[in-house]
Amino acid sequence: MRIIVPVKQVPETNAVKMDEATGTMIRDGVEAIVNPLDLYAIEIAIRLREAHGGEVLAVSMGPPKAVKAIKEAVAMGCDGGVLVSDKAFAGSDTWATSYVLAQAIKTLGDYQLIICGERATDGDTGQVGPGIAAWLGLPVATYVSKVEGVSGDVCRCRRLIEEGYEVLDVAVPAVLTVVKEVADPRLPTLRGKQKARKLDVHTLGPADMTVRQEYLGLNGSPTRVVRIFRPKVARQCQMVTASDEKSIDQAADALVDFLKQRELI
Amino acid sequence: MEYKGVWILAEQFNGRVQRISHELLTRGLDLAAKRGVALTAIIFGHDIDNGDLRELIDRGADAVIATEAPELANFLPEPYAACMIKLIEEHRPEIVIAGATSTGRTLMPYVAIKTSAGLTADCTVLDIEPETGNLLQTRPAIGGNILATIKTPNHRPQMATVRPRSTQPAPKQSGRQGKITHLKAPPELLGSRITRVDFVPDESEHGLQDADNVVACGRGIKKGENLSLIKDLAGSLDAAIGASRDVVDRGWLSYPHQVGLSGKTVSPKLYLAVGISGTIQHLAGMQTSETVVAINSDPDAQIFRVADFGIVGNLFEVVPVVTSKIKAARESTKN
Repeated sequence: MRIIVPVKQVPETNAVKMDEATGTMIRDGVEAIVNPLDLYAIEIAIRLREAHGGEVLAVSMGPPKAVKAIKEAVAMGCDGGVLVSDKAFAGSDTWATSYVLAQAIKTLGDYQLIICGERATDGDTGQVGPGIAAWLGLPVATYVSKVEGVSGDVCRCRRLIEEGYEVLDVAVPAVLTVVKEVADPRLPTLRGKQKARKLDVHTLGPADMTVRQEYLGLNGSPTRVVRIFRPKVARQCQMVTASDEKSIDQAADALVDFLKQRELI
Repeated sequence: MEYKGVWILAEQFNGRVQRISHELLTRGLDLAAKRGVALTAIIFGHDIDNGDLRELIDRGADAVIATEAPELANFLPEPYAACMIKLIEEHRPEIVIAGATSTGRTLMPYVAIKTSAGLTADCTVLDIEPETGNLLQTRPAIGGNILATIKTPNHRPQMATVRPRSTQPAPKQSGRQGKITHLKAPPELLGSRITRVDFVPDESEHGLQDADNVVACGRGIKKGENLSLIKDLAGSLDAAIGASRDVVDRGWLSYPHQVGLSGKTVSPKLYLAVGISGTIQHLAGMQTSETVVAINSDPDAQIFRVADFGIVGNLFEVVPVVTSKIKAARESTKN
């Protein structure tokens, strides 16, 4: 079984800056991590490989330093990975990103599953997984909380929706996007880290795949960020201290009054 | 043929139109009025309740297009996308908005690729730019640290998803006129490489996102055994129970209770955070709640930045007192 796991290197959420002119994130100078939900995708992919044999490949689209994300995936247990990187891809929205990832995946040969984290913590859109599926003409199951098994051409999985969960039989090849419930990510192993260190990660650019120039990067993106601003913290917190029996009692009374005022009780 | 019209993607479950559809009508009405165009609700399903379809007109749609087939009873990406793409190609709406629901967040990106549409997820504000008529889409990013306003200048349609519960449902107006069209989905569009084998309902999950009140607990409760405190407090408020990531990671509550960036986003009337420090990732899941109350022993906890009322104290002492006073207050208002 061959499984491809798109992974994204994202900035550590707390300290990111935006380029006001282009509306895209300035990824330099901020600690980069593997998108948390991608760790769950990597984990389930590795477990499926353990059950069925085969290979798990990580693929990441990003600036050159995103090679670190590939290496982290390999340190966890992926067999290898590919970086998709070129200036031409910079500033891509989810439409252009899913396009490039799909075209890159086409160069990697056959696969049974493409498994993505449900969303990335920076863009927060959750659009690239379904986007890749659409570009590749594949079925997609989102919010997968459990992979029950793969048997022949069918992957049976659970999909978490608002009202409960669905049990789906998904024809393979297919795209899955996964949520945390799917599997607890393992830690990288010593052997994995050694393998990752020695790994020469191949970089794919536009010349290595079939792409339409007009679909790439900032110019190829249908959506454009026109303004970025910080949300106003509009709340004034009414604070009370509850340090002894009397003040606890008073604090609780104050809270009840507050809730009554707001018609919450 | 130019692109014209504002569309909303209404949703049904078991044949009944869902509340998100009415919230979308509020958004759609505003945009359609500004563009001076008609508002249409499209919906996919099987044996959709006719009264519910009529209600979409009552609540503001000028037209409803219901595409029905047994294969469309439940959301499946391929048949829904095929039918939606066909409608878009035939009618060329300028704007299509959907809920940022499990359906919307799957169907819209799939359709956006095939129709070369621009799509923006989880919008909190939608507006029309007066000079150009373009749709302005504003949404949070980086865990809610920033807001970004996005445009789709050249591609049509312009698509966006809107967070559930971020809008009031459009009110019913008696005497509204509108046209309901029932379409039978063409069989060649109904193929699906995914089969829905079973569905298992779960009340508790449903509870959290739809709850008016949420009581959420964090690492401050120190161990799973202390959850009884939280359950009592939640009971006193008829509240659903939420959890920070720490609590879920420790196995004290299951993942469906998790509120935050990699959990659920909630915006209840009341969010009561107990023993939650308030990491950015957690705040991203609850900071749009109408009223936020926090109880924490650390006066510098970040949660107080997004709270309207805060108690600094030991939750093990404070919570039982608060619970009994809330119960008493509710008893007395009953009598």
